[in-house]
Amino acid sequence: MAQIYYEDVNVGDEVTPLPKNATSQQLVKYAGASGDYYQIHYDDGFARNNGLPGIIIHGALKNAFLGQLVTDWMGPHGELKKLSVSYRAMDIPNEDLVCSGTVTDKRIEDGVGIVECEIALHNGAGKATTPGKAIVSLPMRGS
Amino acid sequence: MPDESVISDEMRAHLDVESDPITYDVEKGAVIKFAQAIGDSNPLFQDEAAARNGPYGVIVAPPTFLRSLIAGEAKREFPRPFPNNLDGGSEYEFFEPVRVGDRITVTKAIVELTERQGRLGTMLFTTAETRYVNQIGQLAATQRTTGISYATPAEEE
Repeated sequence: MAQIYYEDVNVGDEVTPLPKNATSQQLVKYAGASGDYYQIHYDDGFARNNGLPGIIIHGALKNAFLGQLVTDWMGPHGELKKLSVSYRAMDIPNEDLVCSGTVTDKRIEDGVGIVECEIALHNGAGKATTPGKAIVSLPMRGS
Repeated sequence: MPDESVISDEMRAHLDVESDPITYDVEKGAVIKFAQAIGDSNPLFQDEAAARNGPYGVIVAPPTFLRSLIAGEAKREFPRPFPNNLDGGSEYEFFEPVRVGDRITVTKAIVELTERQGRLGTMLFTTAETRYVNQIGQLAATQRTTGISYATPAEEE
């Protein structure tokens, strides 16, 4: 696993994008692993009876994808401090989703390198359905 | 603004009332299963040998694994004013790593109620905070979640 260092990051840099495609099978696995058994995520008839176009991806699974975007990018010695997301629109299974982000700020706080990023999950049409923000600390070279 | 608030005294009585604490063991199998379910192959979350040589010395949980440590039910059911509910978002703050073998105690309370007019008519925003405390009393993380309750059904985007 590659390590990124505080000194190497600049405002405007891209967070390495993470493609995802949630199948109905993944939604069932996530329901089991997370304990969220709300039927709109795996029972198509139930979802339609609730006014939805069909089953939809758990918001918390999209949150997990955005978490992975950040933990993959920051490397094993980075530390995630804050992860926030807004669910602006629903997402459906079997679409090519892309999680991406941009560095918006970097600063030293109490000797620790802090980096802030705007992040978002985009649907198959490229719309940011789930924007958010992450704050991480990154190691310094030579420390 | 409407003349009468949808936020009743009965709702306000729920503010800052914590759910009964529930304590969970952070089990290796559950962490690995969660990482696999979200499609995250990071070795720190599932490979014991890699984790041993990593910064924590043991497998740690992916950040949103905490979502699976579900808080207890509120002591009384919150009286939602409208039939439609949306999950508005989530905000985690992380203070300590969550390691396999930890015991995490979870509590949750409604901390904020706000009312807004929007494209769905009157909307009630309910913010809850879940607190995750480890076996040595450290606050490992918090998660604030916002639920949106509204009267008018959402239109197709």
